[in-house]
Amino acid sequence: MMNSSGAAVVARGLTVVRGDRTVLSGLDFTVWPGRITGLLGPSGCGKSTLMRALVGTQARVTGTLEVLGRPAGDASLRSRIGYVTQAPSVYDDLTVRQNLDYFASVLLPGRRRAEIRRQHITRVIEDVDLASHADALAGRLSGGQRSRVSLAVALLGTPELLVLDEPTVGLDPVLRRDLWNLFHRLADERGTTILVSSHVMDEAERCHRLLLMREGELLAEDTPDALRARTRSETVEQAFLHLVDQADAAARNSSRDAAADPDPFQENHR
Amino acid sequence: MTTTHAAPAAVSPRPGLAPSAARTLATAARVLRQLRHDPRSIALMLLVPCLMLFLLRYVFDGSPRTFDSIGASLLGIFPLITMFLVTSIATLRERTSGTLERLLAMPLGKGDLIAGYALAFGLIAIIQSLLATGLSLWALGLDIVGSPWLLLLVALLDALLGTALGLFVSAFAASEFQAVQFMPAVIFPQLLLCGLFTARANMQPVLEGISNVLPMSYAVDAMTEVLRHPDATGDFLRDVLVVAGCAVLVLALGAATLRRRTA
Ligand SMILES: Nc1ncnc2c1ncn2[C@@H]1O[C@H](COP(=O)(O)OP(=O)(O)O)[C@@H](O)[C@H]1O
Ligand SMILES: [Mg+2]
Repeated sequence: MMNSSGAAVVARGLTVVRGDRTVLSGLDFTVWPGRITGLLGPSGCGKSTLMRALVGTQARVTGTLEVLGRPAGDASLRSRIGYVTQAPSVYDDLTVRQNLDYFASVLLPGRRRAEIRRQHITRVIEDVDLASHADALAGRLSGGQRSRVSLAVALLGTPELLVLDEPTVGLDPVLRRDLWNLFHRLADERGTTILVSSHVMDEAERCHRLLLMREGELLAEDTPDALRARTRSETVEQAFLHLVDQADAAARNSSRDAAADPDPFQENHR
Repeated sequence: MTTTHAAPAAVSPRPGLAPSAARTLATAARVLRQLRHDPRSIALMLLVPCLMLFLLRYVFDGSPRTFDSIGASLLGIFPLITMFLVTSIATLRERTSGTLERLLAMPLGKGDLIAGYALAFGLIAIIQSLLATGLSLWALGLDIVGSPWLLLLVALLDALLGTALGLFVSAFAASEFQAVQFMPAVIFPQLLLCGLFTARANMQPVLEGISNVLPMSYAVDAMTEVLRHPDATGDFLRDVLVVAGCAVLVLALGAATLRRRTA
């Protein structure tokens, strides 16, 4: 079930205030179904905040934010979105399988669904390649293994939308490649919509579409190819730097203009 | 912000109770499984009260009447303190580890989560109380006039109250260190004023007034009723209702501190 335009996520004027800071200011963007959308930007730019707004755990969100055809945070969305927080959120004092067991029975409760749960658990353990550690305590695993357990939990119940907050940070290159292959398999074979964040720009090349962020604002929304072509850059990283310089220059100009002619609407132009 | 009850079509067509009960049971089972990986904590929870009662029995070796009254009171106080500590730390961990945020982004009712915790710790409390009561009555010669089952009932309600207070307090602690500091703040004043050390009627009137609004006072009063009377008296009933009412009230307050959306 999508929005009438067919988009999985539509944001218009999305604004979030945390403490006394406006962390996201008036974002407009669209996430398309069955695609991998990368949310890229330096640490602290508001990626996690945006994702929390999407899954409905962020307070003080204004503007419109529609997810799978419903307002973000709607109760009916809770079983349709898989969410991986930035820090792995699993129980350290349970084994991998016990963790999955519990989260599966929250998602698919009841004795009658025990067999379905078992199938889901077996599948996600294979998806994240943890079969050999299924009976190890989560707290005894390495950082990368724990974040894969956290990912496995999000894959339970075959969600339509996966929101992944920096799932590949700190993983070795082989694991990173494997996870990106998994993301592509999920998008291609199961039609899952994936929004994945990263502060490492080289991950961008693996996404279908990109949202480039900086200090709570959206710098660009496009495919990696189009971004590189538009900025005549070799890599997305260079394209990002180019856009940052452009935005800074524009800001300098507009503040000079604002000083000369104090038009209150001037600063809102981008 | 929407609540579970506003859930429209896409949710499972069957009514709420069955999946909700299944989620509560799953949560209780998960909490117990976590404990099972920590046998030292279980041993401490179950054995420390027994050890204290054992010590107390020989501290008051010369005056068995004193042991009767203090022992009966303590049978009500131990479950409250233990469950307070265990719950406040366990739920604080749930908050800081990010699993709470994850759970609240999943189709789990806040009530399911709280009931799951109450169920799991309630079970531990029953075992703890059975051990402590059994030891006191049959090995240490604690002499009560009323029924040991009533003693157990009060102990269980006290455990529930401890769970409720722990849950509530964990919302205001940023670390496990702070959570432990809430014990002197929340429990000690009640301990001093509950009538354990001297009858509440002998206290300075202001203190007596304060003790009248602290739930632990009623827990100890209820235990004293069982100690002195063969049947459940009217006072006993009132005390038990006050403790149960407080537990429910604080649980509701605790539920209100669980926010799906946080800053
Ligand atoms: N709990 C909070 N209260 C107030 N401000 C916060 C909180 N968490 C994060 N912030 C601020 O919000 C901004 C965006 O944070 P975040 O979304 O975590 O960025 P990212 O995920 O891109 O690193 C940062 O400047 C951070 O300081
Ligand atoms: Mg982040």
